[in-house]
Amino acid sequence: MKLKSRHLLGLDGVSKEELTLILDTAASFREILDRPIKKVPPLQGKTVVNLFFESSTRTRISFELAERRLSADVVNFASSGSSVSKGETLKDTARNIEAMKIDMVVIRHSAPGSAHFLTRVLDANIINAGDGWHEHPTQGLLDMYTLREKFGTLEGLRVCIVGDITHSRVARSNIFGLITMGAHVSICGPTTLIPRDMEHLGVKVYHRLEDVIPEVDAFNVLRIQLERQASGLFPSLREYHRFFGLTKEKVAAARKPITIMHPGPINRDVELSADLADGEHSVILQQVTNGVAIRMAVLYLLGTTN
Amino acid sequence: MKTTKVIDSESFRRTVNRLAHEVVERKKGTENLVIVGIRTRGEHLARRLAKKIEEIEGKEVQVGILDITLYRDDLRGRLDQPQLKSTEILFDVTGKEVVLVDDVLFTGRTIRSALNALTDLGRPALIELLVLVDRGHRELPIKADFIGKSVPTSLKQEIRVLMTEIDHEDAVVLLETEGDGKESGQ
Repeated sequence: MKLKSRHLLGLDGVSKEELTLILDTAASFREILDRPIKKVPPLQGKTVVNLFFESSTRTRISFELAERRLSADVVNFASSGSSVSKGETLKDTARNIEAMKIDMVVIRHSAPGSAHFLTRVLDANIINAGDGWHEHPTQGLLDMYTLREKFGTLEGLRVCIVGDITHSRVARSNIFGLITMGAHVSICGPTTLIPRDMEHLGVKVYHRLEDVIPEVDAFNVLRIQLERQASGLFPSLREYHRFFGLTKEKVAAARKPITIMHPGPINRDVELSADLADGEHSVILQQVTNGVAIRMAVLYLLGTTN
Repeated sequence: MKTTKVIDSESFRRTVNRLAHEVVERKKGTENLVIVGIRTRGEHLARRLAKKIEEIEGKEVQVGILDITLYRDDLRGRLDQPQLKSTEILFDVTGKEVVLVDDVLFTGRTIRSALNALTDLGRPALIELLVLVDRGHRELPIKADFIGKSVPTSLKQEIRVLMTEIDHEDAVVLLETEGDGKESGQ
């Protein structure tokens, strides 16, 4: 069993067998993270470039740790202070880096499709670390891994993604992956932040948290980007918090405790109250740990086959 | 395809018993002894040995399972990817006397991988190798300390160890194949 593609661009179109292979492989790597020596040799001699055109702390560090723990050589690139600020195109930047003989590229870019574009101009394996509002497949995978670890299976699991669905690559990757694995996915948020016709993807759409709280096992709470308020998509952070912010009082209406996830960084007491984020049903820090294992699994599966 | 049974279920049991006795005899007991099996059949063999040693000595012996996939020297360039499984060694190997267990000793490449995997976990005081079958054709300077049975083979033959935990019986079977047996050597 191996992955069909030599790149990971998104979870749309990735089969159940392939998703299961990645999640199972990550489980093996998860054990390595608890060892005193966390390094294993399978990517020895491979060079990975982390091409980050957008700021990122968690994802970049997570990828870099995953690469180093698989014994790959790692080169980091940040667009500020590079020739991109001198007007170089993505294609030229990428081809110049590839001319230095590298094997894999991890790319984060604000333009949707940028990872796809690189597969057409480079020979390296490409991993999408977030392209605009399109997809963020390793985040989707680590969320699925965390849910599977907690609940044992994704089949029939009821997961609600809350917040700004329109501008969220995390939401899209989660929806594609979870539905393929047989979970029941719903989304909840203000009408201005939910695209039309989302039902076609197979999700249930809610506009009131009270309606969805009795119906779910887990919430994946999205970060509300403060600049969305400036563009008039919601009136104020206080109002957003009042209607769509998750708090202990609101989730108390559920019969069973609801698991809380967040891809970070959190706006405390905006989309998620501090007591829930740090509470006993929060798996936010497990998500971060599992992220390294998931990225090791993806790098390993793509980097060791031809 | 011609097959010959080189060990049947009765002699399988006796061989494991003898190996368990040899280990405690040569080690003079179970002080500091741990048994580490290489997935998949080495794991089951390790458990049976540990159980037998406990019967003989009346003391519990710790068992670990080693997955060597990440340390294989043929990981790249294979058409199919071997399924990665976990290493389950829930004790510190540093200072321990390790008996490394595998079903068949062939090229020695699996054992080379296992030694690297094991020394990445700590610094054992000693590592010894126990195999059920030694079929020859080494490609590395590796030899076993405890051997169930030496079976001289040609490269056209294949050795298959069956164990009730995963197969329908305990046996060691010799198969005649067409090609060079080394493709499945690791």
